[in-house]
Amino acid sequence: MKKSYEEMSHVYGRIWILCALGMIFAYPIVTCIYYGAWPGWKPVLPGLLGVAPIYWTVGLIEVLTFVPMLGTSSSYLAFVTGNLTSLKVPAALNAMENAKVKPGSEEGEVISTIAVATSSIVTTVIIALGVALLVPLTPILDSPVVKPAFDNILPALFGGLAVVYVSKNWKISIAPLTFMILLFLLVPSLSGSVGVLVPVGALIAIGAARFMYNKGML
Amino acid sequence: MNFNPNSNLLFLLAGAVIVFVIAQSVFFLVRSYRHGKEIGIEAAKMRKTMISTAIFTIAPALSILLGVITLSKFLGLPLPWLRLSVIGAITYELPAATSTASALGISLSETVTNPEVYTAIAWVMTLGIFPGLIWVPLFIKKIQGGLMKIKGKDSKWGDILMTALFLGMISAFLGMVFADIRSGLTGWIPIFVLLFSALLMGICGILIKKCNMKWLETYALPISMMGAMIFAAVITPLIGG
Repeated sequence: MKKSYEEMSHVYGRIWILCALGMIFAYPIVTCIYYGAWPGWKPVLPGLLGVAPIYWTVGLIEVLTFVPMLGTSSSYLAFVTGNLTSLKVPAALNAMENAKVKPGSEEGEVISTIAVATSSIVTTVIIALGVALLVPLTPILDSPVVKPAFDNILPALFGGLAVVYVSKNWKISIAPLTFMILLFLLVPSLSGSVGVLVPVGALIAIGAARFMYNKGML
Repeated sequence: MNFNPNSNLLFLLAGAVIVFVIAQSVFFLVRSYRHGKEIGIEAAKMRKTMISTAIFTIAPALSILLGVITLSKFLGLPLPWLRLSVIGAITYELPAATSTASALGISLSETVTNPEVYTAIAWVMTLGIFPGLIWVPLFIKKIQGGLMKIKGKDSKWGDILMTALFLGMISAFLGMVFADIRSGLTGWIPIFVLLFSALLMGICGILIKKCNMKWLETYALPISMMGAMIFAAVITPLIGG
């Protein structure tokens, strides 16, 4: 029997993600072999201990949080191409909102995949062009005039995105938004670990929404 | 053998991985476009999604390029180019490089010329974030199965749950903007930028609804984002940031 589109998405997704894994490991392996420079565990382990416990956890949290939003094919693609929170997830959400399709629906799956794929291609091409034109580009991108624009890319992105979502669902937004603003006012140093706080915000939002739903307020 | 972090071999290796990722993206793009046609989504709608996403992507992509430039001063071009085009983000790669460099007791201020230091950093970056690629195939079916169950039981609650998930994410980033306000007026800059972006999006919303400018929908997010970034570049020197 012919497998469904959804089932085939898993099959193709797995093949591509496993190949990607191989390709990503090929870089350090080939470099080590070619230059005859295996670093050994001694420098790698302490470096890894500094980042792996956080990254591995955040990676798992990202999968739990973003897979429901993105859908099947775009999850397999987005986790390979990276830059999820600041690019791929907002791109997919905005595309589904504009196309008036629901995440998790068949149409949502298509639109979200088109958005993530387009965004990945454009990003990769821009970075490749940037690398090729690095010498003339560096003074422009590095100039103090342009720096504040890129320093503020996240508020510039999430301000616009928030208007769309918060205005439509302001009741659900009150609890997580109040909690996060208070938290960051009290503990500003947390801004480095915003990735860990995404699921905290999600749990608070879900808890508050469930409470209001049970009370018939939504 | 003389080691150069900008050698042709390293460019070739990074280039091969990047071509692979573009191939993967094109594969899924074509596949979902075809399936979209089969299930009756208008081609115009899908093309609009592509145009709008492509425009929206430009500013974040330039910001990623800035990350490549930052890391390239230390690691040469190929490794940062690869890491930031595929799976990585500057928020992961910079700490990974810093962590390894400090474990080895070297400074991040000059280009690496020791191949063992270079490969150690490449390994930490690779081992640091590869599990994301394993978690997806391992858990995706379970997560989606759980969601389907919730939606099957009570579809209205299923929709509210998804909305709450987005709002949780947006709240974390909105809250982060308030982190620096105790440092005086310069700490308020991100909040002004956020409000300006929200204002631009609000204006776009009014124009779309009241003036029937439907075409603007495609560009509303890129307009508010880039508008707010320009606003940041204008107000920061005025405030003295």
